[in-house]
Amino acid sequence: MSYTEPTAGEIKEQRIYRTFGVTDEEFARVTELLGRLPNYVEIGVFSVMWSEHCSYKSSRRVLRRFPTSGPQVLQGPGENAGIVDIGDGQAVVFKIESHNHPTAIEPYQGAATGVGGIIRDIFTMGARPVALLNSLRFGPLDDAHNRYLFSHSVAGIGGYGNCIGIPTVGGEVYFDDSYTHNPLVNAMCVGIIEQAKIARGSASGVGNPVLVVGAKTGRDGIHGATFASAQDPHAKERSAVQVGDPFMEKLLLEACLELIETGKVVGIQDMGAAGLTSSSAEMASRAGSGLTLDVSRVPCRETGMSPYEIMLSESQERMLVVMQKGEEAIAFSIFEKWGLEATVIGQVTDDGMLRIVEGGKVAGEMPVTALVDEAPVLERPSAVPAYLSQLLPAPTSLPDGPSHEDALMHLLAKPTIASKEWVYDQYDSMVRTETFVRPGSDAAIVGVPGTNKALGMVTDGNGRYVYLDPYAGGAWAVAEAARNLVCSGARPLAVTDCLNYGNPEKPEIFYQFERSADGISEACLTFGTPVISGNVSLYNESLGQDIYPTPVIGMIGLMDDAGMITPSSFTNPGHILYVLGDIAAPLQDGLGGSEYLAEFLPEGVLAYKLPHLDLGTEKAVQDACYQLIQQGVVNAAHDVSDGGLLVALAESAIQGNIGVRVEVPQEVRDEALAALLFGESPSRIVIEVASDRSADVERVAQQLGIPCARLGVVTDELRFSVMANGSKVVDMAIGDLRSAWQGAIASWMN
Amino acid sequence: MKTAVLQFPGSNCDIDALKALHHTVDTMAELVWHTTTDLSSYDLIVVPGGFSYGDYLRAGAIARFSPVLKAVQEAAARGRYILGICNGFQILTEAGLLPGALRRNESLQFRCEISQLVVANGHTAFTSEYTENEIINIPIAHGEGNYYVDDETKKALQERGQIVFRYVSEHNPNGSVDGIAGVINERGNVLGMMPHPERAVSKRLGSEDGLRLFASILKSWRGTHVLH
Repeated sequence: MSYTEPTAGEIKEQRIYRTFGVTDEEFARVTELLGRLPNYVEIGVFSVMWSEHCSYKSSRRVLRRFPTSGPQVLQGPGENAGIVDIGDGQAVVFKIESHNHPTAIEPYQGAATGVGGIIRDIFTMGARPVALLNSLRFGPLDDAHNRYLFSHSVAGIGGYGNCIGIPTVGGEVYFDDSYTHNPLVNAMCVGIIEQAKIARGSASGVGNPVLVVGAKTGRDGIHGATFASAQDPHAKERSAVQVGDPFMEKLLLEACLELIETGKVVGIQDMGAAGLTSSSAEMASRAGSGLTLDVSRVPCRETGMSPYEIMLSESQERMLVVMQKGEEAIAFSIFEKWGLEATVIGQVTDDGMLRIVEGGKVAGEMPVTALVDEAPVLERPSAVPAYLSQLLPAPTSLPDGPSHEDALMHLLAKPTIASKEWVYDQYDSMVRTETFVRPGSDAAIVGVPGTNKALGMVTDGNGRYVYLDPYAGGAWAVAEAARNLVCSGARPLAVTDCLNYGNPEKPEIFYQFERSADGISEACLTFGTPVISGNVSLYNESLGQDIYPTPVIGMIGLMDDAGMITPSSFTNPGHILYVLGDIAAPLQDGLGGSEYLAEFLPEGVLAYKLPHLDLGTEKAVQDACYQLIQQGVVNAAHDVSDGGLLVALAESAIQGNIGVRVEVPQEVRDEALAALLFGESPSRIVIEVASDRSADVERVAQQLGIPCARLGVVTDELRFSVMANGSKVVDMAIGDLRSAWQGAIASWMN
Repeated sequence: MKTAVLQFPGSNCDIDALKALHHTVDTMAELVWHTTTDLSSYDLIVVPGGFSYGDYLRAGAIARFSPVLKAVQEAAARGRYILGICNGFQILTEAGLLPGALRRNESLQFRCEISQLVVANGHTAFTSEYTENEIINIPIAHGEGNYYVDDETKKALQERGQIVFRYVSEHNPNGSVDGIAGVINERGNVLGMMPHPERAVSKRLGSEDGLRLFASILKSWRGTHVLH
């Protein structure tokens, strides 16, 4: 096949670079850095390296503000994934990443390759991947296209994880109009490694061979990274979406871990976004070296691929490996065993150049520093959005609001709150036989093989909260993630974040991004959980509408003794229920930001202020819960979040298949009762304790200076009964609540 | 007893099976690569779950042609115990060692949950430690577990006691004929089942009901072998 590429002069004269998303200023800068005009391959390479996706040019200044260090941190941001010490010479490796734009176009493959990419980031570090989580956002299920995106994304996530044999143990799903044209698919992977065996993505040692291993290179996904940075992904083609092969990745995973185990690997890096281009440039950059790559040696799926196409292909399931010189044969034999190719395509140099040759001919030559360090860093203007100053104090009830029983039934059947069984039953959550707490609880718990330790893991985020108060909303996501871990019995360790926002060129959107990042930072300091890895996804806008600012927090916690696992479901009739934290906070905060407002006053849900979050109080409440669990006092713990207090109680009762009889422990005006029952004020945890441990609860609460209220009892009668001001306000069969909650999503999908 | 756990490149329950065996009955159990052609030294061969060669075609359709399957056929003919779990069951039906076929789940979705099974035959080499008609909890995780046999074969299987496990009638997760979850060959030495007994070996995993399946095999083996 013959092709004609534009000449360097044509690229400049006809401004062809603009079609790659390169601005006139950036093109001038490239020309200056090279000291000449770039040719077609070179401008292609610069365009992806300088894209938002690879360079983080809009976000980099903000990301620098995150706390990233701590005694537990072995590897912070900047590598393929972050690493945290879990004692005994072991470490946990984890990262979260978005695949929003591909999913909007081709949901099955978009979601599947999101999972594939994040798994590679983990085993690239030499770690054995042990668990997957995700965080999903879609438009409401009454829309057929939203159902299509949702069902195919879930199938794609399952299709990849199930085949490769890594359990999908947790996650979250929200449905809101804000995501109708811009679904969010964030995938997180967690691995375990011996600290002595950590591998890194560095290309050092002049003369060391560079190998491409795994799948062949095809024409798929060319310019995927640029496309992810474009304003309207729908204007782009499906051909920019990659296609995943989980079987190939399983082979690659085993072969790479076997290869790293030999100790002969100098550096290894996933070929993710921008494929060979970014993997080679980043590896050289970390080592301060150069690379010469002969693209004619890259195994290709089809003939006639140009250097441009080979450098920019995003074909999946490939890695770039630098071996010790003379040890190439080890790679050949291991990869042959797994039926894969390992091919030497170049070598490490000391001249700091990324040199692309095709046979004997130089096809492109660029300084690595120009590609990586000189990538533009933008100072985006930021402006407080007008709506923030117009928010009103939130009401404590609605004039023509539903009865409390109706409200509870509606909320339990709301897809955002309802059981996610329809989703997680499609994921193999048990393979590897270390999953001690499966999806559906506050946090997933996965055992550390060969020890009595376990890891707690969660993803959390609430875009509506962040929209209503970017700073508090960002902090809230961290607080809630930590609270979920604590409720399960784990001690929070560190954070990975996936920052999903609209168009950063709009000052109001950039403000949301910047402020919520600051909120995340403060909360990470409060909980002692540094940010060790993450990902930014911008330009989540369609038809001029931006998504809610949606930072998603992935958090890992450690349990020294897996015997301390605490369920979220109630366990024993006769046990006492307490609320740790201020049960009456919603009397001040009202129903702001709540699912209750979203359900019963949808046009007003964005008009009212978010409840107040005090990080000191939040920390004290979590500390109380953690201490009580460690003292063996707590039989069950569940945090109060979406849907408020009654939804939290109902979820724990339904899952325990057990009754609840509670009484609001104070006089409340009837007009304020809805807020107390359904308001979403933070820093509250429901716990179940044996009756003879009540004194322990009160003692610990007092020591930590937090309120705690005795709420009622767990009963063997399968009813859900709530008294307030001396009269019954809710009295329903657990079975009825279960039907509403359990079958809600299935009823839309089947 | 000496056990081989087969390892195809896409097996992913191989290690779990090995762990369960080490934990329960056989500390000598070991992984055996799919290119092996001789299994004559093993008393029990476990064909584990996973996606043998990717299973982009019908599950198990390629694995049946692998070198190691010839050795499995020989071992079966010699009366050695063969246990196919999930993908292993699919492979054994594709290879003709067990009757029937496994189609896509009726829902066309992958399904993972802890399933309730009825022990339909408590007198096989794999189930003697259970009580017949006992209900046990064993996880499932599959997209193609919808067992099919024609009526005539089903009747024959019933009469000969070859149906070993059924899903409890109100919870058939995949549309299997007669709720069949596991079948045994006529000779009684080859069992295939979609549920994963290796995932039900401790309380922390949600069930210990898989333990007795491995214990049954060991007991049967001891009954036919004099210990040296």
